[in-house]
Amino acid sequence: MLKAINALLAILAGVGGGFALYLILNWLVERLPGRWEDRIKPYIFIGPAIVFVTIFLVYPALRTAYLSFFDDDGEEFVGLANYVELLAESSFLNALFNNLLWLIVVPAGVVVAGLIVAVLADQLSTRGENTVKSFIFLPMAISFVGASTIWRFVYAFEPEGRAQIGLLNAVWTFFGGDPVAWIQSDSFRLNSFLLMVIMIWLQTGFAMVLLSAAIKNVPTETVEAARIDGASEVQTFFQVVVPQIWSTVITVFVTVLILTLKIFDIIYVMTGGRFNTDVIGNRFITELINFGRDGRASAIVVMLLIAVIPVMIYQVRQFRQMEATR
Amino acid sequence: MSSVRFEKASRVYPGSDTPAVDALDLEISDGEFMVLVGPSGCGKSTSLRMLAGLEETTSGAIYIGDRDVSDVAPKDRDIAMVFQNYALYPHMSVADNMAFALKMQGVSKDGRLAQVKDVAELLGLQDYLDRKPKELSGGQRQRVAMGRAIVRQPQVFCMDEPLSNLDAKLRVSTRSQIASLQRRLGITTVYVTHDQVEAMTMGDRVAVLKDGVLQQVDVPLSLYDKPANLFVAGFIGSPAMNLLDGKPTEGGADVGGYIVPLDRDTQARTPGRALKVGVRPEHWRIVADDDPGLPVEVTLIEELGADAFLYGSATDTEQSELAEVVARIDPRDPPRKGQSLRLACDPARVLVFDAETGERLTA
Repeated sequence: MLKAINALLAILAGVGGGFALYLILNWLVERLPGRWEDRIKPYIFIGPAIVFVTIFLVYPALRTAYLSFFDDDGEEFVGLANYVELLAESSFLNALFNNLLWLIVVPAGVVVAGLIVAVLADQLSTRGENTVKSFIFLPMAISFVGASTIWRFVYAFEPEGRAQIGLLNAVWTFFGGDPVAWIQSDSFRLNSFLLMVIMIWLQTGFAMVLLSAAIKNVPTETVEAARIDGASEVQTFFQVVVPQIWSTVITVFVTVLILTLKIFDIIYVMTGGRFNTDVIGNRFITELINFGRDGRASAIVVMLLIAVIPVMIYQVRQFRQMEATR
Repeated sequence: MSSVRFEKASRVYPGSDTPAVDALDLEISDGEFMVLVGPSGCGKSTSLRMLAGLEETTSGAIYIGDRDVSDVAPKDRDIAMVFQNYALYPHMSVADNMAFALKMQGVSKDGRLAQVKDVAELLGLQDYLDRKPKELSGGQRQRVAMGRAIVRQPQVFCMDEPLSNLDAKLRVSTRSQIASLQRRLGITTVYVTHDQVEAMTMGDRVAVLKDGVLQQVDVPLSLYDKPANLFVAGFIGSPAMNLLDGKPTEGGADVGGYIVPLDRDTQARTPGRALKVGVRPEHWRIVADDDPGLPVEVTLIEELGADAFLYGSATDTEQSELAEVVARIDPRDPPRKGQSLRLACDPARVLVFDAETGERLTA
């Protein structure tokens, strides 16, 4: 209870404080003589944001990069030793490979699932569509940790002979299969793919909302024109509808991609990185907290950062292009 | 190329009691340019969309040639459509837009290119083939939409107000271009418009619709001279026909004391009915004050150069106001505003309608 009140107070103070700060600064700047007001005003409004971004993002990033060249306690300069060491370890390369799989499968899966739901829901009555969409959007409100806990029960395994409480095993044994320890079966990285399903389940609602809006924005006449031009429904969808919503598809894909780059919670809760499911995010926490190797942990994060940068640049460019053609 | 036949074709929208198109019977012969015209909500666009397969035919049937297409998907009807807002594919170049239907038919890339080039030449679009629709002017987009329809050489062209997004001047020139293009290609065309001038100038025949019901189908001049009913009489012609209340009397129709002489056949049909007497603006003339005529006070003179129109309020013999009238007058010698004068009509051109049923009584 006390915690809830504290949280509420923090929100009020944070939002109210920010509001008050801008009001006061604005009031002050308006006292300035004519031209100075116009000159200074932009900085007054951008200023606080820049200060906060510098303190909480830029400085830590630089500091992390700096630390990645030092030993476990951050005292002795070791050059590129941390990087070299990590890239030679098969367990780290395995985590990298898993991350790459996540990066390909999850955003693509989310876009495809979102598209399917958006298109199918579009065929329903307005009321049916809204109901279906609400249900599919619901998982968006669940935290990754919460979702993972739910899915533990879906994938749960009991030895043969005992009642299977896991949903997947219940279905599997119903059709005559022997119970499977899903989370531990790493042949063809099955368990990693099962974990990806959780992420796709969580993000489909997000993709659905954006893609559905984009599909509704496609002029009906172009679809009708395609039908008259002799295109089948499938051809109409892929050759007329999809190209017109392509920028939204890219936006959704990149947003989920960036989220996936940072994936950690699901792995941490479900396997802790065991059974060949480790990813960079989880590896970082393990190095930092469990082993107390600050230098190696920093090196991992820097590599992650370098991987994100090209994606970010692409996204910003894509966004600018979209704005320009609007 | 084919004929088109609507047979008692109806369209009832779900949740509505009144049909948007009510038992439409219409035959369009091979190569004919048929215009569907009427006020908004009259069912003209719905009829066209039924032909295209974009609206379901609730009852009745539609034939293209000898084939009943009522339940055939749009893609299998072999028709082409030009939309009001053109509906070009925004992500494709002009050439790809025009080639899309051919691509769907499985025509080879070279074959497509050759056909697109031919049509582009016909429409003066050669220099724009690589552009996106966004980079074109309204008139160019309109031509691309036409080109997309022409390239595939369909059985039937469907055009849904293709000129309404153009400015007035371009509309007039494009109007004649489309009409002459259609005549050259000889493809059966169904053209929807709300503009009766477009209908009169473009159509081989014109079908007038109102509230989902077909009022009359005929060649433009017959619609003008022999409108089947009051609605068509009022809808076709600009300025509109004067429709004055009258009652049957010895030798003709009494319009506020002015006796309009009618022929014997018409007189035989008038007794006991309330009448509407229709006079086109060009069938009035100004007469001397002691001649029989309708007393009118001039409220406005509209001078257009070649023509001039007199707008006035007509009064009956008791000086009470009767109706507003429009008359075409000699543009070189117009009366003054506020002047009182008398208008008499050409009895041979007068049309008489039953005020209740709207049906025409004049032969």
